[in-house]
Amino acid sequence: MELTGAEIFVRCLKDEGVDLIFGYPGGAVLHIYDALYRQDDVAHVLVRHEQGAVHAAEGYAKSTNRPGVVLVTSGPGATNAVTGIADAYMDSVPLVVFTGQVPRALIGNDAFQEVDTVGITRPCVKHNFLVSDVSKLAETIKKAFFIASSGRPGPVVVDIPKDVTADKAEYHYPETVEIRSYKPKKTGHLGQVRRAADLIMQAKKPIIYAGGGVILGHGAKSLYDFTKLTGFPITNTLMGLGGYPATDEQSLGMLGMHGTYEANLAMHHADLVIAVGARFDDRVTGNIEKFCPEAKIIHIDVDPASISKNVQVDVPIVGEVDPVLQALIAEIEQRGEPLAFAAEEAWWKQIEEWRAQECLKYEQGDDLIKPQFVVEKLWEVTEGDAFVTSDVGQHQMFAAQYYKFDKPYRWLNSGGLGTMGFGLPAAMGAQLAHPDATVACITGEGSIQMNIQELGTCRQYGLPVKIVNLNNRFLGMVRQWQEFFYAGRYAMSYMDSLPDFVKLAEAYGHVGMRIENPADVEPALREAFAMKDKLVFMDFITEQNANVYPMIPAGAGQNEMILV
Amino acid sequence: MENESGALSRVSGLFSARGYNIESLSVAPTDDPSLSRMTLVTHGSDEIIEQIKKQLNKLIDVVKLLDLTEAPYIERGMLLVKLDCGGAGHRELIKHLADIFGAKIIDVTPSAYTVELIGGASKLDSFLEALSPIPVIEVVRSGSMGIARGDIALKV
Repeated sequence: MELTGAEIFVRCLKDEGVDLIFGYPGGAVLHIYDALYRQDDVAHVLVRHEQGAVHAAEGYAKSTNRPGVVLVTSGPGATNAVTGIADAYMDSVPLVVFTGQVPRALIGNDAFQEVDTVGITRPCVKHNFLVSDVSKLAETIKKAFFIASSGRPGPVVVDIPKDVTADKAEYHYPETVEIRSYKPKKTGHLGQVRRAADLIMQAKKPIIYAGGGVILGHGAKSLYDFTKLTGFPITNTLMGLGGYPATDEQSLGMLGMHGTYEANLAMHHADLVIAVGARFDDRVTGNIEKFCPEAKIIHIDVDPASISKNVQVDVPIVGEVDPVLQALIAEIEQRGEPLAFAAEEAWWKQIEEWRAQECLKYEQGDDLIKPQFVVEKLWEVTEGDAFVTSDVGQHQMFAAQYYKFDKPYRWLNSGGLGTMGFGLPAAMGAQLAHPDATVACITGEGSIQMNIQELGTCRQYGLPVKIVNLNNRFLGMVRQWQEFFYAGRYAMSYMDSLPDFVKLAEAYGHVGMRIENPADVEPALREAFAMKDKLVFMDFITEQNANVYPMIPAGAGQNEMILV
Repeated sequence: MENESGALSRVSGLFSARGYNIESLSVAPTDDPSLSRMTLVTHGSDEIIEQIKKQLNKLIDVVKLLDLTEAPYIERGMLLVKLDCGGAGHRELIKHLADIFGAKIIDVTPSAYTVELIGGASKLDSFLEALSPIPVIEVVRSGSMGIARGDIALKV
């Protein structure tokens, strides 16, 4: 039987196992919305802005490790989605974004709501397609899901002209697709694994540097086994938090610009760095000239282009984190000899000395609420088991430093692109994927206003997200840099004329709370999280001038941290 | 590369987005109509070239990549140059240089000669340099095409 393009679209989603999509209707996708209306297999969440749809799909994807799906219209629908698509590209989030396009006959004519979506999104997608004929629609959708979720994941855009969704074709959804130029490597080269094992056997001052690839590549279990087998210290990147349990004694916490003293110094003095699913981002390395001067580097990554991009490595292993780590474990066990590190006490002793600095220590006084204190209490009240999203800035770093993630897929943030406005829609996606779970969005009064309209979506779908707003009346990270590097000239970093967030939350039909005293922090959190079926907006009025420490200033080495 | 619309802009977009240089570029369909072949000339340190190759290989539309400079190869480009032949002795000099370089005079008018030369980039450069006494009206150069010597082949 022949189906219309719109019907084929919906059938493809169903056959792909997609049960939920995020979107916003418009002229070019009306046939598709009509087809969605006439079925019950694929649910659709109506956001309030297309950027919110993409971040929500990212929250869904990051918390489930399955592709998130977005449907928006042509023109402004597509351009509004671009920030989210770029965000997903930087953080390797598997997404398939469907954009409507004007009918084929009008393409190139500056038609109403026409933009060159394929052209605009080209630099920030893993791949994109313009569907030129309804007979190619199903296969293109299959390819899009395959590309988005295999290898190094990423967003794929499928642009569908309106008349293609009205045309008819026989429906056939292929079970698999073959793309001759795209064959991601799974297992690592055995010779390289052996060379890596040689270095691991001999290392005296090793450290494991684990990134978001561990989480994306289902590698947390193998990473845990590998870390326990070797006894090596381990540090996680911002994207890798939860890839190894933060409360485990071998964990040194996060590294990088706002990482811990012990993690950064251990990197700097290490003789072997084992990078697992990490990409040597500039926020991690600091000054590349001063990065890990004494270390041999092993780099495991599914993306060959990530290897030796910023830092030249000694043993590259291209492959998925999980099978490569398993191969390494097998290789080490098969050798049957103890690691040189087993007889080495000096390295852990040195690390304990750095740890004794207690670089994350702060004093919570009686007057002003410290942002760190709120995050620590949040961790206690949620028993470290919430899905936590964040926006971008100081609160993001406080969340990363003080919420100790023990499990993967729990920490959802915008690391690469640094997109303010990510947190609330991402929390919606996580909550929809995990209806009974506790979902918290740690944000600031600047970031939350970038997608605050999504409070309406939360109301419509009854999403009981808990918003933890660290309100310091400043764009905090901007203010911090202006204090440090611009002699306190606070250009445009002060947020004047803030709304009354309590009333704002109430206007959307939610619960609002304002918390101004340190003594009220924990009771307020307990009260809020006890409201299982309500969105609660907690507006914590925090100390204005709190800074994120420790800090590696831009251009400095990992051993040149500002402590307090 | 896949012979699809957009494939070329993915390659050129990658070069501009990552700050790499394209010195020349030549692309056309092959005997297999689903594929087109591009010869791209760029320069950079070994690390940068390595990174360019990895990034190109990541593009879904790039089917196979060969670094011709890793083995002996042949490079050919085409030059069309229109010359003002009105000056004393210019016609004789053009004819003479064309003979030396193996170029062909392909269009003749009372005021202008158009000359065609095929060869590697440095040969084309040398020819233009040798022509410097003659006023040049217009120069058209193709991008370079390349092919490996011997039995190495870029085939799918």
